[in-house]
Amino acid sequence: MKPFTRKGGVATLVGTLGAVALPAMVRAAEDAPPSLDELQTLVPGLQVTLDNMFVLVATVLVVFMHAGFVLVEAGLTRAKNAGNIVMKNLINFSIGAVAFFAVGFAIAFGGDFDGIGAYIGGGGWFVGDGAFAYGNLTPFTFFIFQAAFAATAATIVSGAMAERTKFGGYVAYALIMTAVIYPIVVRWQWGGGWLYQLSTPFHDFAGSTIVHLCGGVAAFAAARALGPRLGRYGADGKPRAIPGHSIPFAIVGCFILLVGWFGFNAGSQLGADPVIGRIATTTLVAAGAGAVMAAMVTRLQSGKTDVAMTGNGLLAGLVGITAGCYAVSTIGALIIGLVSGVIVVFAVNFFDKIKVDDPVGAISVHGVCGAFGTIAVGLFSNEESEGFVAKGLFYGGGTDQLVSQIIGVVSVAAFVFVVSTVMFAVIKATVGLRVSEQEEREGLDVHEHGSPGYGSDRAMA
Amino acid sequence: MKLITAIIKPFKLDEVKDALKAANVTGITVTEARGFGRQGGHVETYRGAEYKVDLIPKVRLEMVVDDAVVDGVVDVIVKSAGTGKIGDGKVWISDVSRVVRIRTAEEGRDAI
Repeated sequence: MKPFTRKGGVATLVGTLGAVALPAMVRAAEDAPPSLDELQTLVPGLQVTLDNMFVLVATVLVVFMHAGFVLVEAGLTRAKNAGNIVMKNLINFSIGAVAFFAVGFAIAFGGDFDGIGAYIGGGGWFVGDGAFAYGNLTPFTFFIFQAAFAATAATIVSGAMAERTKFGGYVAYALIMTAVIYPIVVRWQWGGGWLYQLSTPFHDFAGSTIVHLCGGVAAFAAARALGPRLGRYGADGKPRAIPGHSIPFAIVGCFILLVGWFGFNAGSQLGADPVIGRIATTTLVAAGAGAVMAAMVTRLQSGKTDVAMTGNGLLAGLVGITAGCYAVSTIGALIIGLVSGVIVVFAVNFFDKIKVDDPVGAISVHGVCGAFGTIAVGLFSNEESEGFVAKGLFYGGGTDQLVSQIIGVVSVAAFVFVVSTVMFAVIKATVGLRVSEQEEREGLDVHEHGSPGYGSDRAMA
Repeated sequence: MKLITAIIKPFKLDEVKDALKAANVTGITVTEARGFGRQGGHVETYRGAEYKVDLIPKVRLEMVVDDAVVDGVVDVIVKSAGTGKIGDGKVWISDVSRVVRIRTAEEGRDAI
């Protein structure tokens, strides 16, 4: 996202459309194909309309990803907490929409980019006067796309906090995340801040770091602050699996996320440009590769192909390619997906071992693979665009981009980890973070929300 | 009158039910059950971690039959539910002092 050169985009697109939409007008008038200038005078506003339309459609796809998160997180947790986990996703999205509308968007994109403005913005509060707009997009089209992203970054964390978090504590977190923490991270890059101002700008096209690493690191801080679920570790200290209650839910959720991700990545072009086809291709290839590798690794580890982990592999590939979906070669995308699918399995095992209980694998999928995918841009970038992205190490570009990628990953991870750790400590000391032991054993549905997610109408419920 | 209770492997339910019908048993009650016996539990894997399933899913069948046919019915159950492998289940027989059909208030053998 953020400033880039639209390499031949308009020319190609209008050229293509000309053949379809304007045959009579143009072709009848003269035999020679019309020049770009001629076409643009014939279709004033067409590109503006297309850009706004495409980004709004992409926004709807990103919003739909929340349905995917609902199903993945509900499916991978127990039935007695089903109402609570979907409520967390619902309230998270809703708070995110309002908080990002009121202040988040202004912090991320408002005001000057110099001095303090390189770190935190301000201006265009409530998407009012001075609201930032990008390219051909109206401020509203640009805002709503960004708002859908903000809610995504926040909802990543709910999975890692599942089955043991006080609802009030979660609400406090969701508000701070979407109003302040995520917008500051966005400011650094897409908002034109200091990461974007590096001599070789940090490159994160759709948010492996800005969205996913940010959410993944906050998830890590949350899971650490909460401690593992009761029964997650045996008396011998060994991890004991707590299987989710609906694998079909989880996998339908993965498919919905895949569908939404095409809006997430291709929409980050912020315009209707033919390059969206290639962005969608890198996205698809990485997703498939991630799932295949995760399936194979689990098979080699335990002799069985683990369904939930294969779903995580699909998401790992998607997270991995999100930074480089525009810049990396298609072969690079394949490699990023394959590696992400391997990394995610070992990351899940690792966090199990160090007793950070993440019921859905959010830290591994979004945090670890987000960091990997971002750094991989410094290796596999095959694009060269002044002030946007340089070629990667494997494509003759040297280490400039790689260094910028590492700076971006480390600074975002450190910032989010420190701020989130403080935030969760404060929430713990005030509204409280973890439910009582009795509530955790009986399920959060009835205790936090009054009725079970399933079955209040059964005869003997 | 006797109550026959059988715990069997869930996938054997259809076979046992058909065999009991063929043996003229007039009704059975089926409940999903869990438990352990000499089979113990088993270990499953989920996302790379193991967990022990101590209580294995079984199906519990109950039927009240006339004294004269008890042994025949038990034979039918043992034959149709058996696989020869551990975990096939058990059958036991208990005395029943009184049986009433709710709709007609018939009692005893007529109520079966």
